[in-house]
Amino acid sequence: MATISVIDELKRTQILELLEQGKRVDGRALDEPREISIETNAIPKANGSARVFLGDTEVVCGVKIQPDRPFPDTGDKGLFICTAELLPLSHPTVETGPPQPHVVELARVVDRGIRESHMVDVSQLVIEKDKSVIGVFADNVVVDYDGNLFDACSYASTAALLTSKTPKWNWVDDKPTLVEGGESALPVSTIPVSVTMAKIGNHIVVDPNGDEWASMDSRITITTDSDGNICALQKGGSDGFTQDEINQCGEISVKVGAKIREKLKEVQKDSQ
Amino acid sequence: MGGRDATMVLLDENGIRCDGRKVDEPRRIMIKAGGLKNADGSAYIEFGDNKILVGVFGPRDVHPKHMSNTDTGILRVRYHMEPFSVGERKNPAPSRREVEISKVIKEALEPAVMLEKFPRTAVDVFIEVLQADGGTRCAALSAASVALADAGIPMRDMVAACASGKVADTIVLDVNNEEDQAGQADMPIGYMPSLEKITLLQLDGVLTPEEYKKCVDVGVHGCKIVYDIQKKALKDKYFGKGDD
Repeated sequence: MATISVIDELKRTQILELLEQGKRVDGRALDEPREISIETNAIPKANGSARVFLGDTEVVCGVKIQPDRPFPDTGDKGLFICTAELLPLSHPTVETGPPQPHVVELARVVDRGIRESHMVDVSQLVIEKDKSVIGVFADNVVVDYDGNLFDACSYASTAALLTSKTPKWNWVDDKPTLVEGGESALPVSTIPVSVTMAKIGNHIVVDPNGDEWASMDSRITITTDSDGNICALQKGGSDGFTQDEINQCGEISVKVGAKIREKLKEVQKDSQ
Repeated sequence: MGGRDATMVLLDENGIRCDGRKVDEPRRIMIKAGGLKNADGSAYIEFGDNKILVGVFGPRDVHPKHMSNTDTGILRVRYHMEPFSVGERKNPAPSRREVEISKVIKEALEPAVMLEKFPRTAVDVFIEVLQADGGTRCAALSAASVALADAGIPMRDMVAACASGKVADTIVLDVNNEEDQAGQADMPIGYMPSLEKITLLQLDGVLTPEEYKKCVDVGVHGCKIVYDIQKKALKDKYFGKGDD
């Protein structure tokens, strides 16, 4: 989505003019995210799943939970891995082939936000110490693009994890053995919420849509946890932020994140 | 990456850290401008036990031609770690981590470089980490700024970089490898001191909103220390006696 067309240049002028009057192209307030719609258990073959619309951006996340070998230095912890991929049908500029740097960044930032919040309690995901642990894989696919994939993938992953059921395995004859009917909710300790803000000119807007994304100078993604603490952050784009702006973005992420977290809590409640 | 259970003493009762530093003290930093004969500009940095070499080429023709931009020059950055730079041999192929760091450093340098002066060309920055010991992206970014200046590429400012973090419930400057592994948070910052703009910012680890502000503050202070060393490196090469 890095291509800049003439149309984008014209849109940027319009977006900037509107922002000077305190308005956004789609009529939202500067700190207002788009409508978030979450459908869980969209893929029944997955252990947990969610289909999330953030405005016109659409992401499907499926969680697969299966026995795996632990990392050599953390034999007392399960695995948590989150990925993200842009499907070629999501936008005309997306090509097949190895992931572009911006997609690698997307996957790593979404993974980091959830990992650093310690949402998934990996210490409870051990089958046999140093030999076998439970791996939790949250794979996101972007189905339709209209900006801000960071938050869309983050909400999809979080919603899918909150509604995941983990099977139970026992260590029998030196291998993990599935216990029939032993399913339980995935051990989850907090609800991370990422909030991405774009800087366009000197204005900071929450949840940039596709046109705003193409027009922005720089961006920042901040993830907060249920205690209102900040647990991960990524700045991107070809401009900088002042220290005041960084502080302001921190405050916005806590405030806006709290509202979105309520929505995710409902998702969790409905699944129980 | 790995476990975060603190077994070593990260901060003793006198406020001294595991490598003997105070909380607001950076590691030893040495930057040398120039050094490579074939590159248009280069720099070598030792940042604690990090040893990083940066070479800059350009502005020059863009090789895959479709990458060129008629309105502006482009900046390309490759951050790469040698297989011998870390404890266990690293696969020499670029990892996802290196792809991300390359992108983040590129975006941290772009605000500083006047690329619009060189349409249809590319400036290539090659970063080679010879030895890594925590905080390589900050050290690499600081050295890359010096190498760009050494190449004579017009810049608005240099980007200085340093990390801050949270270790043993205390906000500290310049997190080292042990502190990164066992500490509570790590926040690399890239900052243009003359323009007062933050161009690289990442965080992993949990901080309260107050600690977050303090962490940015401490990191920016560290960047200013690095900035003076960057300027000295350039002065030593172009105006100084040269101590080698």
